[in-house]
Amino acid sequence: MSTQNKNKKTVDQRTQELTNWKKIDQMEAEIEKSKKKKKRRGGMRFRRIFGDTVGQISLTVLSIIWIIPLFYLFVQSFRKEPGAWSPTFFPQEWTLDNYKRLFTETKFLQWCGNTLLIAVCSCIITAIFVLSVAYVFSRMKFKARKPMMNVMLILGMFPGFMSMSAVYFLLKILLPNNYQSHISLIIVYSAGAALSYYIAKGFFDTVPKSLDEAARIDGASRFRTFYKIILPLSKSIIIYTILTSFIAPWCDYIFVSYIMAGVPDTGMYTVSLGMYKWLEREMIQQYFTTFCAAAVIVATPITGLFMWLQKYYVEGVTGGAVKG
Amino acid sequence: MNLDYYRKTPWQRFIYKISRFFKNIGKGFVGFFARIFHAIVGFFTGIGRGFKEFGQNFWYGDALTKSSHFVLGLSHLFRGQIVRGIIYLLLETAFVFYMVFFGGNYLAMCFENFFGGGNVGRVETHDFWNEEDGVYDKVVGDNSFLILLYGILTLFVIIFFIICYVVATRESYELEQYRIIGKKPQNFKKDINNLLDNKFHITLLSLPMVGLFVFTIVPLVTMILIAFTNYDAAHEVPQHLFQWVGLDNFKDLFYGSTNLGATFWRVLGWTLLWAVLATFTSYIFGMLLAMLINRKGIKFKKLYRTLFVATIAVPQFVSLLIMSKMLDTGGGVLGSGGGIITQLIESIFDYHLKFGIDINTTRICIVLVNMWIGVPYSMLMCSGILMNIPNDLYESARIDGASPVRRFFKITLPYMLFVTGPYLITQFIGNINNFNVIYLLSGGGPGDIILYTDGAKGTDLLITWLYKLSLGIDRNYKLASVIGILVFIISAVFSLIVYNKSSAVKGEDNFQ
Repeated sequence: MSTQNKNKKTVDQRTQELTNWKKIDQMEAEIEKSKKKKKRRGGMRFRRIFGDTVGQISLTVLSIIWIIPLFYLFVQSFRKEPGAWSPTFFPQEWTLDNYKRLFTETKFLQWCGNTLLIAVCSCIITAIFVLSVAYVFSRMKFKARKPMMNVMLILGMFPGFMSMSAVYFLLKILLPNNYQSHISLIIVYSAGAALSYYIAKGFFDTVPKSLDEAARIDGASRFRTFYKIILPLSKSIIIYTILTSFIAPWCDYIFVSYIMAGVPDTGMYTVSLGMYKWLEREMIQQYFTTFCAAAVIVATPITGLFMWLQKYYVEGVTGGAVKG
Repeated sequence: MNLDYYRKTPWQRFIYKISRFFKNIGKGFVGFFARIFHAIVGFFTGIGRGFKEFGQNFWYGDALTKSSHFVLGLSHLFRGQIVRGIIYLLLETAFVFYMVFFGGNYLAMCFENFFGGGNVGRVETHDFWNEEDGVYDKVVGDNSFLILLYGILTLFVIIFFIICYVVATRESYELEQYRIIGKKPQNFKKDINNLLDNKFHITLLSLPMVGLFVFTIVPLVTMILIAFTNYDAAHEVPQHLFQWVGLDNFKDLFYGSTNLGATFWRVLGWTLLWAVLATFTSYIFGMLLAMLINRKGIKFKKLYRTLFVATIAVPQFVSLLIMSKMLDTGGGVLGSGGGIITQLIESIFDYHLKFGIDINTTRICIVLVNMWIGVPYSMLMCSGILMNIPNDLYESARIDGASPVRRFFKITLPYMLFVTGPYLITQFIGNINNFNVIYLLSGGGPGDIILYTDGAKGTDLLITWLYKLSLGIDRNYKLASVIGILVFIISAVFSLIVYNKSSAVKGEDNFQ
């Protein structure tokens, strides 16, 4: 039992490492405290204060520049004047009509429903696929392991979009009556999920092997070890996998535009496709402000999710690099 | 680095460093090819050993084992593994039926003319004079694309069957040996249990691999083979058949007399230039930003980080589309000065921003907008790593009197480049394939009839060109496929560098 506790500790330590920002801020606070105690000469101090002020000002300016387009989007969603281009940054007359219109006159809610359905289904499938593949490559030893990993590495280098027309034909064969449907999209988003196992594998690699071994010695099967020991320890990576694959259908344009090309029923669209259509030459004059309102509504929850996810995200992307 | 290095003048040091760099790359490539060679040799010796074992099993086995080389599962049936035997028997029957009634035909139709440059498929859709009714009837011919798809599927089915066959025959020989030494064969219940234990990987991998196989591997192989056919708008299925043309598409692209070759080089050039610019501007500025935010005296660090990260948190189709509308010229709509940025520049500098009209302006705008998205991204990456740089390095540099700029170039930059090298190259490949930024911002435009043909436009990357070729008005699947293969080669070469450099990958070898 004691070994298990010890190992648990290392996992906790790891999750602590994941919260990079907190750590950074704490460290900085400590450094600052210790520095404040020391007395400094006037010249140095002046230089420091000067540098800090310049830094503070430039950061403020930069962050304003960075946030302005999003702010523009936000205020434009309240604009009363019709048309795509307005001569002023802020609307001359403010209104909530765009939002009202969004929910009453357009198919926006339907699109959201479609996307939600697709996202939920595909994130469940993706999570199952990714976690099982990652676990296998992290823990099991078998002959084909290395060749399989190499093949998957190579497959990942082809542009994902390249095989779309063949996938399209395959879907036509498999679902002859409704190949331009949500089922097709779910398949497209989740069928190849196994290829993105790297991050989850990296995580499983850090979970101590001795946990498995202890369980195996106690007579647990591989299935039991995976289900009862590894999965409960991997909450963070499960959440990460589920949420990233949940976000993907909301942001994807390329695949949905291919699968849904030429579908007359706009009620079948997903959010991104429908909103893209609003900005085409014929529609933009009529729908620009509606687009802004829809964008605000779609972007807010996704932005929130991303903010919450970013620490895992950074860890995942740099994980391999930092080890080097 | 040896002592000689310190005797050299700065210029010589520079030369030395560069030569070392190229030497290392050379070494990397040699190592890679050696590894490939080893893999190939290993593969063939493995196959050879397999054949040898197969022959031995057949030769030394008794009558039952021999006969189960023809009827799979016989040995299992009579030696106590009844369920397994039945499964093998069914598998073989299914395979034979598949090949006779479906697969064999398609395989033949698909590859019979592979070297002759003939049709894929046999009957082309044509009109047929119906004497009785006195009208033209349509004869629906073969669908070349479907034939190709089924042909490839059949190829994989055959490979799968061969693997099962080898496993089954080996098992039948083992069963014979078991009988001789008096060991009891494993029963089926145990087999099932094993699928949750020692063979758990088969259970876990089966579904993901089926998905990967059907929706990634088969389509990918099909599209790769399309590069060797003339499948385009003029040979659209199912009205027409398309033909095998060998390497003609590649020849057209590289040596062709048409404008296609020139277009391709232009698009490739811009793709690489874009990838370099996009990667490095975002990286350098992101690092500087991270350093600024990490500076000791700065207040509200968290707020700044959140503000910057907001731009990448918003879905790209929203942030990029709104950006493209802010830069838009207004498309000549009366009374509109275009997007808000265009208007602003017009009123302040009296300069009309030709976004989407002039190629170079559009390119510059795209790189700038990409910074808007890319800089926070790199900032996010760099912040954590910057904190890891040992502080005593800076302390000692400060004591030695190094200026901040010098410290940046001598400590921060080398350290960051060393640690984030793989990430940088991954980012570079990502930018080569950066569909979203280009397509959502400019749609690849503006076009130029003289410089660009075949659907490509001024700011198109290879990947957006590929998209247009497979979805646009005059579809050109063969060209799309060729481009896809070339993109793969480019990505593969750069990934190779990562693979050789990254010690994280090498560490995989001494994996527990």
